Amino acid sequence: MEHITLLLAIVVVTALVFDFTNGFHDTANAMATTISTGAMRPKAAVAMSAVLNLVGAFLSVEVAKTISGGIINEEGIRTEVIFAALVGAILWNLLTWLLGLPSSSSHALFGGLIGAAVMSAGFSAVDGGTIVTKVLIPAVAAPVVAGLAALVATRLTYRIGGTAENKATSKGYRAGQIASAGLVSLAHGTNDAQKTMGVITLALVTGGVLAPGSNPPMWVIVSAGVAIALGTYLGGWRIIRTMGKGLTDLQPQQGFAAQTSAATVILASSNLGFSLSTTQSCSGAVMGAGLGRKGGVVRWSTATRMFVAWGLTLPAAGLVAAAAEFLTKQGPWGIAAVAVLLVAGSGAIWVISRRKPVDHTNVTDDEIEPAGVVTTAIAAVSPPPIGVAENVVAESEALKATVPAPAPESTPAPAATV
Amino acid sequence: MKIDWAALGSVFGVSLVVTVALVGLFTLGVAGLSKQEAAAAQGGSAGLARTGAYACFALCAAAVAFGIYLIVV
Repeated sequence: MEHITLLLAIVVVTALVFDFTNGFHDTANAMATTISTGAMRPKAAVAMSAVLNLVGAFLSVEVAKTISGGIINEEGIRTEVIFAALVGAILWNLLTWLLGLPSSSSHALFGGLIGAAVMSAGFSAVDGGTIVTKVLIPAVAAPVVAGLAALVATRLTYRIGGTAENKATSKGYRAGQIASAGLVSLAHGTNDAQKTMGVITLALVTGGVLAPGSNPPMWVIVSAGVAIALGTYLGGWRIIRTMGKGLTDLQPQQGFAAQTSAATVILASSNLGFSLSTTQSCSGAVMGAGLGRKGGVVRWSTATRMFVAWGLTLPAAGLVAAAAEFLTKQGPWGIAAVAVLLVAGSGAIWVISRRKPVDHTNVTDDEIEPAGVVTTAIAAVSPPPIGVAENVVAESEALKATVPAPAPESTPAPAATV
Repeated sequence: MKIDWAALGSVFGVSLVVTVALVGLFTLGVAGLSKQEAAAAQGGSAGLARTGAYACFALCAAAVAFGIYLIVV
């Protein structure tokens, strides 16, 4: 790290900000069900998740090494492109947080990288096949796999254990949920903190500070781990509320089944060579658990908004990143303008969020409808709910039929993807 | 573009089997403990239920340990 230019420093800081938003965006994955079923107090839950994220960040650097070599070609990528990509990803993460929608931070990052790379170097910079295999298929498969597993597991747990509640059962499910939530947090730390390390390393390589193919330096690992842990501790309470309360009402048994399914899917997918998104696995597991209980309901209006957000993540982050890249191309003043816009945009979202704050005190309240501003904003971006709900249901039916079979060629096009 | 259906299929199968097995085991353990609690409340003891419950929990703990192993390695 002999000479880190001002631009490079800005990129590193932006990457850490992204890591921070990633942390508070994804706290819900590990902790939403644990908090909503009352297994842990909200503050204790996010604190535990933060610690495990930090620990996870130090466990391995494998993911960090693959992120740079995957979707876009390293050669010819300038540092500004990475900056633009991060801006797109951060703004999309903040917007979905404001709307309380769980969406994949990784997809936001990929979308940003793709958008910025296309604007910078044309469509040849992006490997279309990799997008389909690494982003689109997993996005559709993750909730189905996790949801089915959670559904069957929930059915089973009610069949064996009945619905009887006493001291031993409530204590048991509490411990079980905490254990599986801990696993999810740890896995998140190893995966997502490393994505940021990968991006910072990529920036350092393109800036000429590091040799191509080198491991992330220690200061990168430490700062990425700390940023994600801080974000996690802050807690994305809006998303936690949607996942723990908004999608369905969870009892301890269901929370346990959902969390175990999510943890299993995440670990199985990352070890069997077909990577599935954490956020989508967890949301799918929660819905599956909701459907698994007799009389359980999934609120499809909330679920539909979430599906729409998943579909929009890649293109939206990509568009913002492309616009940012267009500005940074204009020279130093463009980069400054993008930085100012990023700060202003984040500030505006934060100010709007303060109109109707959600924090650890009201995260488990029953009232789940978002504020008026938010509702209208959603109405503006989402198609009419009924048709989409039908599409989504029909599609998940179709997927249940096609996904397990290894043979079929035709890939069901995700309806939620625009 | 090549989609690795075999990997996706195995993720699906493994996730389903492992999740259901773990949740089932854990539920059995919880049920055993609550049986034992009920027996203790009536002054009796249910040694078998208790031992079975601990065996189930031990298997679940082993699964969690394996999970951590997978994350670390």
